[in-house]
Amino acid sequence: MDAFLQQALNGLTLGSIYGLVALGLTLVYGILHVPNFAHGALYMVGAYISYYVMVDLGLNYWIAMLGAGLFVAVLSVLCERLVFHPLRHAPPIHDKIAAIGILLFLEAVVQMHWGSDFRRMPTPYTGILEFGGLVLPAQRLLIIVGAFSIMGALHLYLKKTMTGSTIIAMAQNREGAFLVGIDANRVAMMTFAIAGFLAAVGASLFAPINLVYPAMGHLVIMKAFVIIILGGMGSIPGAIVGGLIIGFAEALGGYYVSSTYKDLIAFVLLVVILSIKPTGLFTKGVR
Amino acid sequence: MDRIANFFASPAMKVVLLAFALIFPLIAGSEYQIYVMALAFIWAIAVYGLNIITGFCGQLNLAHGGFFAIGAYVVAILTVDHGWAFWPAFVASGVFSAVFGFLVGIVSLRLKEHYFAIFTLCVGFIIYLLLDKWEALTHGSLGIINIAPPEGFGLIDFTRTIPFYYLVLFFLVLAIVLVSRISSSLVGRTFLAIRISDDLAQSLGINLMRNKVLAFVLSTVYAGLAGGLYAGVVRFIGPAEAEVVHTFDIITYLLVGGIGTLMGPLVGTMMITWLTQAVQSFEEYRMIVFGPMLVLLVIFMPKGVVGTFLTWRGRRLASKAPAKEGQTRVGDSATSSKEARDNA
Repeated sequence: MDAFLQQALNGLTLGSIYGLVALGLTLVYGILHVPNFAHGALYMVGAYISYYVMVDLGLNYWIAMLGAGLFVAVLSVLCERLVFHPLRHAPPIHDKIAAIGILLFLEAVVQMHWGSDFRRMPTPYTGILEFGGLVLPAQRLLIIVGAFSIMGALHLYLKKTMTGSTIIAMAQNREGAFLVGIDANRVAMMTFAIAGFLAAVGASLFAPINLVYPAMGHLVIMKAFVIIILGGMGSIPGAIVGGLIIGFAEALGGYYVSSTYKDLIAFVLLVVILSIKPTGLFTKGVR
Repeated sequence: MDRIANFFASPAMKVVLLAFALIFPLIAGSEYQIYVMALAFIWAIAVYGLNIITGFCGQLNLAHGGFFAIGAYVVAILTVDHGWAFWPAFVASGVFSAVFGFLVGIVSLRLKEHYFAIFTLCVGFIIYLLLDKWEALTHGSLGIINIAPPEGFGLIDFTRTIPFYYLVLFFLVLAIVLVSRISSSLVGRTFLAIRISDDLAQSLGINLMRNKVLAFVLSTVYAGLAGGLYAGVVRFIGPAEAEVVHTFDIITYLLVGGIGTLMGPLVGTMMITWLTQAVQSFEEYRMIVFGPMLVLLVIFMPKGVVGTFLTWRGRRLASKAPAKEGQTRVGDSATSSKEARDNA
């Protein structure tokens, strides 16, 4: 039983990170209908920036996280302005290829600057908490609490503020949003900024218990895609629930089935679900 | 100017290209250059495969590199672990990638656009993880060495570069001829209709699923056979062959050359290969240039080199045509469109 709870806790940690990354992806998809393959690269850049601020500049962990978030938010907005905006009327295959181009570029730049070796990011929270036999490293607790507070803040922002509602409005109905005078450019830039920020913060939270290397975004982004297909592309609660499903499936599957193949679990789940139900689990219809 | 353009678009150009390819080993500076050219031909075959499903049929398949790796691994496993000769193993790599492509196709092609691209990205990753982790079958991350070269039955020694070069050239020509036959046939037209619009194609009575699966299987067979040839020439492979970077390389070749055109895959592969070779040290960081190039291409030149050339030439011919009389104009544009079709 203890082992099960322990794995469930690990699943919660993984799931909250996946959820954060998938949230950004699903927000961008909701607004522009672009599957942003470059999102994983933004996640990776976020990890490197916070590594740089923390290790090379020697600043506080929280400042590093904030710096990475802001930097990647700007980077993400730049991608929107320079790449996705000019391509908004192009056939759908083009923006996918352009997103791949951004991904390749960012990875190559990071690899040139930092090299391809694996780095370990230190954390100020090295303590270990114990609850009646359950072991919980402080960093994991921080991930869970941090991720869920950010999700809560995002929820409040989207539901309670005017600017947040414009994002929801545009995701729900593009033409309708234009009719009531919502500025599409502003909303798109804002969405990309939020998505970039979430990816970078997710990466900074996760980096101390994982490793930092140029290809670190690959697995995460592909799992994030699995999540938003499961949860319905463009759906915000879907991204969080989907993230948790994949997180738990991986932690428990890795423990009870096979740890060698634990990275396969998400993809096999996707293949099985889409084979049975090509529209995804919670979607109203594939567009 | 026009004369040059006409020459480039004329059937004679193909003869010139073929003649150049045939005498290339004689004029190449070193054996290494011939080897590079042979490898580029192998990649070009894979690019032609992607062109069928993505260029003609309009479905962005991101597992293409994975199918290439599967073809290579089929040859490697059969020759090294099971003692098969190269040629039966090579045929098996085509058959296996067709069967696997069919299975993936019937599931993935029910999905549209983004879903299809994401699904195939995941399939590509599953292939990579399996090749990397399934040690009993694939030797894991160590890779497989000592793959059997194609046997020449005592006549030709394919372990040498020049005979292998001609072997690969033979398969490349075969691949191009087959693609050109497909693209001018009813099946090719059907693929184009699907690319333009699923709904339109369906309303014309086209069986979407059957044709998409056909295009997908064709493309995976191309990728698998290219992979088989690759295993035969390099004779060492590892799970890195299935990395998604190779799929992106293939997409770059296709996009630079011209997506959906007949000569685009060849032009793109040659251009990028020799460009990369020109700056050797640059190969590791090629993506710093390729990445922005992909972005700029899709924004400013989405038809690639060949596609842009054909459009430019078509416009020129069209703008000249009104100067002549009505009667000849009709005939003229008919021949020019026929020409364009022949060369497209």
